[in-house]
Amino acid sequence: MLRALLARRPWRRPQPRRSPAAALLSSAVLPDGVDRSSAAFAGNSAAAADLVSHLHSQIAKVLGGGGAEAVKRNRGRGKLLPRERIDRMIDPGSGFLELSQLAGYELYEESLPSGGIITGMGPIHGRLCMFVANDPTTKGGTYYPITVKKHLRAQEIASECKLPCIYLVDSGGANLPRQAEVFPDRDNFGRIFYNQAKMSSDGIPQIALVLGSCTAGGAYIPAMADESVIVKGNGTIFLAGPPLVKAATGEEVSAEDLGGASLHCKISGVSDHFAEDEFHALVIGRNIVKNLHMAGRRPNSSPKFSFDYKEPLYDVKELHSIAPTDQKQPFDIRSVIARIVDGSEFDEFKKLYGTTLVTGFARICGQPVGIIGNNGILFTESALKGCHFIELCSQRNIPLIFLQNITGFMVGSKSEASGIAKAGAKMVMAVSCAKVPKITLIVGGSFGAGNYGMCGRAYSPNFLFLWPTARISVMGGNQAAGVLAQIERNNKKRQGIEWTKDEEESFKGRVVEAYEREGSPYYSTARLWDDGIIDPSDTRKVLSLCLSASVKPTPEETKYGVFRM
Amino acid sequence: MASLILRRRRPLCRALSPNPNPRIPLASSSSASSSSSSSSSGGEEERARAREERKGSSASIEKILVANRGEIACRVARTARRLGIRAVAVYSDADRGALHVRSADEAVRIGPAPARSSYLCASAIVDAALRTGAQAIHPGYGFLSESAEFAQLCEAEGLTFIGPPASAIRDMGDKSASKRIMGAAGVPLVPGYHGDEQDIEFLKNEAENIGYPIMIKPTHGGGGKGMRIVHRPEDFVDSVLSAQREAAASFGVNTILLEKYITQPRHVEVQVFGDKHGNAIYLYERDCSLQRRHQKIIEEAPAPNVTGEFRSRLGEAAVSAAKAVGYHNAGTVEFIMDTLSGQFYFMEMNTRLQVEHPVTEMIVGQDLVEWQIRVANGEPLPLTQEQVPLNGHSFEARIYAENVPRGFLPATGTLHHYRPVPVTPTVRVETGVEEGDTVSMHYDPMIAKLVVWGETRNAALVKLKSCLLNFQIAGLPTNIGFLQGLAGHWAFERGLVETHFIEHHKSDLLVDSAEKLTEEASNAAKLGATLVAACICEKEYITSGESLPCGDNLLSLWYTHPPFRMHHRAKRVLELEWDKELDGLCNELLQLAITYQSDGSYSITIEDSNSPALDVKAVHIRNNYFRVEAGGLHMNVTLASYSKDSSTHIHIWHGEHHHHYRQTVKFDQPSDDVSHSKPSFETSSHPKGTVLAPMAGLVVKVLVEDGASVEEGQPVLVLEAMKMEHVVKSPRAGFVDGLKVTPGQQVFDTSVLFTVKEK
Repeated sequence: MLRALLARRPWRRPQPRRSPAAALLSSAVLPDGVDRSSAAFAGNSAAAADLVSHLHSQIAKVLGGGGAEAVKRNRGRGKLLPRERIDRMIDPGSGFLELSQLAGYELYEESLPSGGIITGMGPIHGRLCMFVANDPTTKGGTYYPITVKKHLRAQEIASECKLPCIYLVDSGGANLPRQAEVFPDRDNFGRIFYNQAKMSSDGIPQIALVLGSCTAGGAYIPAMADESVIVKGNGTIFLAGPPLVKAATGEEVSAEDLGGASLHCKISGVSDHFAEDEFHALVIGRNIVKNLHMAGRRPNSSPKFSFDYKEPLYDVKELHSIAPTDQKQPFDIRSVIARIVDGSEFDEFKKLYGTTLVTGFARICGQPVGIIGNNGILFTESALKGCHFIELCSQRNIPLIFLQNITGFMVGSKSEASGIAKAGAKMVMAVSCAKVPKITLIVGGSFGAGNYGMCGRAYSPNFLFLWPTARISVMGGNQAAGVLAQIERNNKKRQGIEWTKDEEESFKGRVVEAYEREGSPYYSTARLWDDGIIDPSDTRKVLSLCLSASVKPTPEETKYGVFRM
Repeated sequence: MASLILRRRRPLCRALSPNPNPRIPLASSSSASSSSSSSSSGGEEERARAREERKGSSASIEKILVANRGEIACRVARTARRLGIRAVAVYSDADRGALHVRSADEAVRIGPAPARSSYLCASAIVDAALRTGAQAIHPGYGFLSESAEFAQLCEAEGLTFIGPPASAIRDMGDKSASKRIMGAAGVPLVPGYHGDEQDIEFLKNEAENIGYPIMIKPTHGGGGKGMRIVHRPEDFVDSVLSAQREAAASFGVNTILLEKYITQPRHVEVQVFGDKHGNAIYLYERDCSLQRRHQKIIEEAPAPNVTGEFRSRLGEAAVSAAKAVGYHNAGTVEFIMDTLSGQFYFMEMNTRLQVEHPVTEMIVGQDLVEWQIRVANGEPLPLTQEQVPLNGHSFEARIYAENVPRGFLPATGTLHHYRPVPVTPTVRVETGVEEGDTVSMHYDPMIAKLVVWGETRNAALVKLKSCLLNFQIAGLPTNIGFLQGLAGHWAFERGLVETHFIEHHKSDLLVDSAEKLTEEASNAAKLGATLVAACICEKEYITSGESLPCGDNLLSLWYTHPPFRMHHRAKRVLELEWDKELDGLCNELLQLAITYQSDGSYSITIEDSNSPALDVKAVHIRNNYFRVEAGGLHMNVTLASYSKDSSTHIHIWHGEHHHHYRQTVKFDQPSDDVSHSKPSFETSSHPKGTVLAPMAGLVVKVLVEDGASVEEGQPVLVLEAMKMEHVVKSPRAGFVDGLKVTPGQQVFDTSVLFTVKEK
């Protein structure tokens, strides 16, 4: 389908035809790697179907926003839902990559669908933009701690990828009962405006559309924006609303007179564009982007990628059946790579050395990538190999894709003696310093230092996504239970308390249960440890969009720290 | 009345030659007169010498000036070119960029837009012919085609007038005189009064003698203009006065005649042709009974349900009529056929090539314009009566810009989308416009003539119907839908034609109101909207992909099909206002919810409708053409869209349907003016009693003063557009308020004329 479409694109240049000899020399095609008749395949398929349908049902809930009643009220005011607003702003028929849809999932006593804010990327007039859209149907669009975190994360991506920011503002400001977690700290509410200022100074356009209320601290979003639009009737901007004004000064004034569109466009100058209604505002917003011209533009020399790319040879839907829900079951990460990369072509690097880490070059929708995937525990050699490969990619300005399925680095005397801590440190050093786009996908386990070496959240990959089969924790639940039980037993022994087998088992059970809960991808995504849980069959699509968003046309020079040799 | 016309015209025009009839001044535009008046007396002498040279020359015509516009100008030029004869076009300011000008070898401006100062301005046209060195003038139809004075002026200037001798035009142009001549030649006549006496009381008396219903006709001109039917004696005076006014405006002469009105008549006319050697033949008859507002819309040849014996009797009567006036060139003898008695009467003779001449051409396999030129050259007729073939059957449908539900009122506008059917040896499209052209208020609103031929009447009818289905026009209201209804009517299929056909079958042919629309029609419109939605999405997707900046090809990943969404399908809502009668008056809002499917198709539901979601796949073929698949049915559809009145108009032709939808463009161009919030197209907000202009036109008469009290239905003013008069009446009793228009003022479609306030 895609290729057929691209064939119509006027800029596509004819590709030189490959001679048969060249075909022989071309990239290595990965084998299928999936035994469709195996019991594991069938089991994984069934389990994955459950996981994906559970995921979709959770997403379906949050797509409904703050519930039917709130949605109806919203419509009654002539307002669209935040996702509909975005749909009307992006180019007709274009894609939208929404981030962290399940932020705030079971995080608070009250439900907060999508964390009360919608973020994501989509193009306007051919310019990729970052959208930050308050959802007025959830708690009046007020900022909970997770709302702030999600807003800041979107700004972080925009800043890194140099994407114009579109703020669709419709929020009551900070959530007052939670002010202590929202207001004072470095990465709290104030950081939003700090980011706006810094991005604006970097030439990254900041555009605010005031589609609803925009009170107190929220008033600074349009005020700090490069250009802002306000809707007649619905949009208001003020530091304090009419009730607070009355309490403070006794002045009685309507919301519209205090901070409506007319006031801000004609008198105060807080807003630049007067919109008759919400549709009008969205049209003006699009026009603003149309007129950005070079602002925040990436350098002109966009890399010339091959756009005559092939789809993978194998069905991407089979990605559902590859990763087992049971972390103990090993699987070959190459069968995942085979379903992500162009033509399933993967040129492996150091194939025979440190075989528990798979490294190699491929393309995703024409974009060159270096892929690092786990095929078991990390040994000293695997870590060295990973370090080497990261150095290659950063020198060549090739984006890195990390496919995590890692229980950790090998433990034991032999391993320690081989200097595995030193090898792991090298890998962490390389990952931390490499100045190429990095995208991490956790397909299975993500435990301990393995999470670090494979570019976990702390290593600021440009994007990090989970499969529903992902587990994240410092170690496995059973291992943790074993360690903790051993310490507890020693404590009890010292205090002369007898610890029965049953007590120990129940102690262990509690630990396992806590690890189980906290290692769940939902626990992670609720807290924004990632950018979202994706359907495995969307992997190639999501990776290609993220790569296109984070592409660095001019290589940034990587400078490493001291490698312990 | 006549003196009034003289006063109005004299300052504009100047006669070039001695005027044979002092009542009819010859027209000459100011621009043309300025060029001729500048010539010195020496110039006059030179001119006279050149004139004599032209007269003496016996050489064949090598260059023709076509003194007309629109399709007939194009059609005459086409034949001329085929014969190797160069064609010169003339144009008024309104036609500067018209097709007949664009396609001509040479074109000469003859004056401003109004016909009376351009296409009716004889001296300007003759000057144009002399200036370009044309030896002959083809007058086409209408305008000066039946002006004896013009024919005479041509001859006087040494130019060949491609048409009958001036004497024959004069004899036949005066309907009363022509009837006297025909009566003397033994051709049957309808009872009536054809005398010179125009006194109104006298005429009324004559009318009583003939018996009501009575038909009032102008003595000059044709085409139904100025004709009135009077059923009651009390209406007689008003009708005569208005007929005289219209006749004067159209033909410059206001005399009328009276006739018995035949209640179930057929209009059958015979094409005759004569040469300068005294030969005259007939090329069979045409039936032109299908008329609205006394103007033909579907014509056919030969006439259906007529015996061969009747045909030759009719033809011979026509030939004797032609011979009685020494006729040569193309002419048409019109008969009224009483369907009850089977009797036919002479009506009039049209001394020109008729609009509907192609149907005759199709059945006899001849080019009548070629015949005209050859006869004008002095050649004998190419065929004898016995040699004239009669092959198959032919129909002509006239496609007009007109508002059928508003009583066939002429319409104006731009042809935003114009795709006539492809021309084949059996399908002709005679047109004078192209896509992007406008139909102005100055001239006849005919857009095209669709002419088809078939072995039999049925075969031709099948072809006519399919061609009408595929004849695509968007941008202004047309009568295509109405023509389809006519062509598909059972009585027409059986050939049961008569002049009141449309009136009698009104309930079948005209949908009175939107409530009467069948559920079937409503479902078709909903399907149309669904297909439109799919095609729009498909087209938008292609356009946004193509408009990407070329440097940034990575962006194309964001424009894949279906558009990417995380864990859900992309959806959108499209609001289409269905224009039920293609005239913008009766609308229904359709809300379409579109879901992009993973296979690239669209699942579309119409809100507040019981119909289930329809999966539609659309493939863009090229330009406006799409191939769609909906519910297992594949078909080609055509879409046209254009912007007008702050809306996007979308037309779709799918299967046997043509639907029109509007999408309101919200603030396409953001306005800085805060107060400018009311959309300008809102017309329903006028207070009760407000009267809007039903069409663009000229105010010819204001009958009451502002502030006067009026009864319901009382005429308030008279508008003229496309040379037709339209009386604007009071919608209710009350007094007139805000009446500011004056005679001679131009008004625009739906502009406020006045308000009638209650007392």
